[in-house]
Amino acid sequence: MKVKVKVRRFNPEQDRRPYWSEYTVEAEPTDRVLDLLVYIKGYLDGTLTFRRSCAHGVCGSDAMVINGRNRLACKELVKDTGRNVVVEPLRGLPVVRDLVVDMEPFFRKYRSILPFLINDEPPPYTERLQSPEARERFDDTTKCILCAACTTSCPSFWANDSYLGPAAIVQAHRFIFDDRDRGAQARLAILAEADGVWRCRTIYNCVDACPREIDITTAIGEVKKLMLVE
Amino acid sequence: MIHRFDVIVVGAGGAGLMAALHASARAKTAVISKLYPVRSHTGTAQGGIGAALGNMEEDHPEWHIFDTIKGSDYLADQDAVKIMCEEAVEMVYELEHMGLPFDRTPDGRIAQRPFGGHTNNVTKQPVRRACHAADRTGHMILQTLYQQCIKNNVVFFDEYQVLDLLVNDEGRVAGVTALHIDSGELHVFHAKATIFATGGFGRLWKITSNAYALTGDGVAIAYRRGIPLEDMEFYQFHPTGILGLGILLTEGVRGEGGVLINGLGERFMPRYAPTVKDLASRDVVSRAIYLEVRAGRGINGKDYVYLDVRPETVNKYFEQDGIKNPDGTPRRITAQDIRRKLPDISDFCKTYLQLDPIKSPLPIQPTAHYAMGGIPTNVNAEVVVDSRNTVMPGFYAAGECACVSVHGANRLGTNSLVDILVFGRRAGQSAAAYAAHADWPALPAAADGPARAALDAIRGGTGREVVAQIRTDLRALMMDNVGVFRTEALLTEALSKLADLKERYRRISIMDKGKRWNTELLEAWELGCMLDLAEVTARAALTRTESRGAHFREDFPERDDANWLKHSLAYREADGQIRMDTKPVTLGLYEPAKRVY
Repeated sequence: MKVKVKVRRFNPEQDRRPYWSEYTVEAEPTDRVLDLLVYIKGYLDGTLTFRRSCAHGVCGSDAMVINGRNRLACKELVKDTGRNVVVEPLRGLPVVRDLVVDMEPFFRKYRSILPFLINDEPPPYTERLQSPEARERFDDTTKCILCAACTTSCPSFWANDSYLGPAAIVQAHRFIFDDRDRGAQARLAILAEADGVWRCRTIYNCVDACPREIDITTAIGEVKKLMLVE
Repeated sequence: MIHRFDVIVVGAGGAGLMAALHASARAKTAVISKLYPVRSHTGTAQGGIGAALGNMEEDHPEWHIFDTIKGSDYLADQDAVKIMCEEAVEMVYELEHMGLPFDRTPDGRIAQRPFGGHTNNVTKQPVRRACHAADRTGHMILQTLYQQCIKNNVVFFDEYQVLDLLVNDEGRVAGVTALHIDSGELHVFHAKATIFATGGFGRLWKITSNAYALTGDGVAIAYRRGIPLEDMEFYQFHPTGILGLGILLTEGVRGEGGVLINGLGERFMPRYAPTVKDLASRDVVSRAIYLEVRAGRGINGKDYVYLDVRPETVNKYFEQDGIKNPDGTPRRITAQDIRRKLPDISDFCKTYLQLDPIKSPLPIQPTAHYAMGGIPTNVNAEVVVDSRNTVMPGFYAAGECACVSVHGANRLGTNSLVDILVFGRRAGQSAAAYAAHADWPALPAAADGPARAALDAIRGGTGREVVAQIRTDLRALMMDNVGVFRTEALLTEALSKLADLKERYRRISIMDKGKRWNTELLEAWELGCMLDLAEVTARAALTRTESRGAHFREDFPERDDANWLKHSLAYREADGQIRMDTKPVTLGLYEPAKRVY
């Protein structure tokens, strides 16, 4: 089938303002949107610029706005987009070129929540013990691939880009609820600040956007609840 | 721009991050990667990391050593295997201490599952050795190592493409030249010690589990700078890739009881591996699939078979084979177990095949997966440049781009993760120790000149050849002629067609003439790396007139220890031709024996 692909373009080296490019591509219903972009770049327009790597939803390189919703281009199939595909860069991060956005503000927020196990007690020679139930407690948030689809779908983040955003809170949750970690107080203090967890207004865009099907709003709710208890 | 670091690490997957963690503790270190570190391909590893913890049942590092050597078809260097399997145990504990969320046994220990080629050496039955976090073990390893790098303030240059290795007049490595992708500017990284951890090159083949990034840049750069490549004829095809796409379905599926089924509805692996059946090593299983297809026993006579992990199928064969749990009760699996232990592959099957593994068998075909060969190193990850293992000062390699050799002719499942950690750590430690006493190597004059010339040549090309078309033709050729089954005729034809492709590559042009984020330029440059490595792979495969591990020559179907119990080395001569040489295998623990599973 023929698919019409419309891409929002911007190259700061030569363009004053963004514009749209349209391409027509022959595709199968099971083709990924990423396959369409790769074909366009290879055969129709070498200047079309985007990130990609694993192509099966694990590395988190190719989050973009597809037909209005934040998706990984490698997990969105033509059978679900239909014959008209509109692709735009993620919202709320500066566009570097075409579908490539500056990820540094996103990773800065990630680094700010102390995203590493904090525990100064000397470990045993073998593994620290952890019950399957304790391990299960934070399983959902270990799945995050830092693709930024959630944070850049969040109206609270669009309104105020100093908000930490859902991805950073998900990463904090992963450690706060790990019973081997001792850094919960430090992280909760960061998340309690003005640009922390209370800016979440449970709009659920992040849940729709997450390609790993993490129940993000629930995770944020658990952090809020713990903060009130503490 | 010139940067100076004691140690630079190229690549930010498991090996690179592990090297960086250990080097940065003692030396001024930077990591250069063409991707953000969390995008690296280590993150796609699924089933587990092998270490003889013995948490589920009796196991010993000695058994892991034997399984690895047997799996390698006796081509691995046995001193290196011993180090890897012994250090694997402490590495897994170290990862746990760093916070890696392994799955747990009821008593809180790290959970382990069976994997291909991992056996109890006494009973010969599969042993639970693969330590796992669902089917996303690699994701957890990559995340955990990156977290530790943040904690320890490791310096990163993200989205810099390394284009050249700087070797000065004294033959010392002095750093690299890299393109800052965002600005399009070249940067010179002057270093006392340079570590390559640049990963593999699965993109050479049409059907592959490998990410777009895996074009073999680091291996090709080393080769162009005169370092020979070792054992390049050995490339692993993983048996179970999603049909047509190549996306990996972990061996852990068979570890949990999944079986391979042909077009007659028959479980065929017992005919090829009577003892461990579907859990034979990967080369054996991939060949078996091809032989079934060739005999007309593919599904509907086509070129694929089924991987079946439906509980009713798994339980039927558990019962038939009398498979028991560690406590002696009969082993059974439920739909819920599969969802819990294999959530990601369930998601892949639903997304890309519109199939639920609990309800349907999965169409699969072998997929190009892992390079056993690469840049030769010793057990300290120092790069060695000849058959006498002479060290090249200041140059280190670890992970898939390197050949220690711990995998020999065929890698065991889970051992890639062991390799990156054990030898990544050794690379970081060796490089930091070297940098502590070495003086600064002189930079070559106009250090970035060759990289600039290479990019300018591509940018200035005016021919009519299209990069994407040459790449497609290359990948189809490698799949057809340099795949699982090889012959002299196929390989000779491959070399002749590769020469044509290289000729066409000289006539490419690209549309994007800009500087900022010019990925068209980089893809064209990467294709040059792929063409070089394809040629070396085909040539090494033609030279080795025997069958061993992943290298199967239909015209020489037997292993030939008298003539070929040795590594191959491929040198690039000044005129671009390839010169083949060999290097002895380090034995010492196990004498080569017939390999039966």
